[in-house]
Amino acid sequence: MANVIKSSVIDPLIDNNPITLQVLGVCSALAVTTNMMAAVIMSIALTTVTAFSSAFISSIRNHIPSSIRIIVQMTIIASLVIVVDQILKAYAYEASKQLSVFVGLIITNCIVLGRAEAFAMKNPPLLSFFDGIGNGLGYSLILLVVAFFRELLGAGKLFGHQIIPVANEGGWYIPNGLMLLPPSAFFVIGLLIWLIRSVKKEQVEPADYQIHQVHRTEVL
Amino acid sequence: MTENTQKQGIIGQILSLPNDNPTKTIIVAALLCLVCSVLVSTSAIALKSKQIVNKQADIKKNILAVTGMLNAKTDIDKVFEQFEIQLVDLETGAYATDIDATSYDQRKAAGDPAQSIKLTKEQDIANIGSRAKLAKVYILKEDNAIKQVVLPIHGYGLWSTLYGFISFENDFNTISGLRFYAHAETPGLGGEVDNPKWRQLWQGKKAFDQNGELKIKVIRGHVDYKMADAQHQVDGLSGASLTSKGVSNLVNYWLGDNAFGPYLKKMRSEVGN
Repeated sequence: MANVIKSSVIDPLIDNNPITLQVLGVCSALAVTTNMMAAVIMSIALTTVTAFSSAFISSIRNHIPSSIRIIVQMTIIASLVIVVDQILKAYAYEASKQLSVFVGLIITNCIVLGRAEAFAMKNPPLLSFFDGIGNGLGYSLILLVVAFFRELLGAGKLFGHQIIPVANEGGWYIPNGLMLLPPSAFFVIGLLIWLIRSVKKEQVEPADYQIHQVHRTEVL
Repeated sequence: MTENTQKQGIIGQILSLPNDNPTKTIIVAALLCLVCSVLVSTSAIALKSKQIVNKQADIKKNILAVTGMLNAKTDIDKVFEQFEIQLVDLETGAYATDIDATSYDQRKAAGDPAQSIKLTKEQDIANIGSRAKLAKVYILKEDNAIKQVVLPIHGYGLWSTLYGFISFENDFNTISGLRFYAHAETPGLGGEVDNPKWRQLWQGKKAFDQNGELKIKVIRGHVDYKMADAQHQVDGLSGASLTSKGVSNLVNYWLGDNAFGPYLKKMRSEVGN
């Protein structure tokens, strides 16, 4: 059992990462990675929601009518998200203002519903809880790496502290403004997927199509 | 005892029903809704007082920030005591002294027909529907002389109502700051109204020209500083034309004749401008 739990937490970090392998939850990964602080808060919020929603859904999985299955899952997820949002507003006001709508949008994060549907509906609560933690951490890992590069290269800062002296404050580094815009997250995530798949060749998917050599023998 | 076993019996009966039985579907849905709503409302009510404290502290902080008095070491509550809170009757521009200004809630008043006026379509360029008759102003004084005045403003951007403050130097024409404390514009685009560099563009702009006409405007693209109107113009946010337009409109509304216009005019003539 302990082994199963361990693997359900460790696997989603690299080997079965929700963002880089399953390519889920990319939308919020673009939005909240302009600085480390927002990424950390978002990571904690999403990991909490995924873990608890999986555990709750799993504990009533044998009594969920299949006709309203998704609605039941969404209701549980949405309630947890509201609770998390309320807690953030009370104890991390600045961060919750910065994340604004994205906390609410955890509801639509594919990872949460994906794990509920794919894992929690078929597995016992404890295991589902750890599966949620694992996938949340896998998401967090990518979020933090992306935020690290975006904040460092985009603003010369980490967690709001100046690391590289930027040009308009007398330093030498001219910040790359593109890094603060959403497309740069695509680039960083793309590069990460490339890196991971070069090391772990088994993640490379077979090509959907093949380019055939065309032999033009006919006379036009 | 018998009641208990019977109860278990009913629950047991429901649980043993096949999952796709309509009765069970309805019971599961109802129970789930009940549990979830209790969870949500409990957390909302239990945390409310803390959230209100946060919000008030945030407003104080924003008022200090818009006047340029905020730095990392500022004791917010203490510095805030330098501000005098007054209510302005927007119709006449005079101070209303018969109501306690500190506890007055302008947002609530705007929703109360007795304390607000409905705006006509032509008047309502900020898209706010109605406005309170009385508005709060925060006056920063030093040795009894006015140094700056902070006016609350709000209006519609692209997705949401933006709430913020605009502050004036003691000539009641030179803008010393503009800042929004609540909005839900697109992060990275319209959300850039929070960008310190953009906020800085507002500093030193003149809201009115020599004839007392309201001229301030957010324009598309960059301000041409060779033009005479440059002192009334602010660069638009790139990728956020509608939010920029919304900000321009709401500033124009609140400084215009239907809002703070009469007050500002009165104050300008008092300081001899």
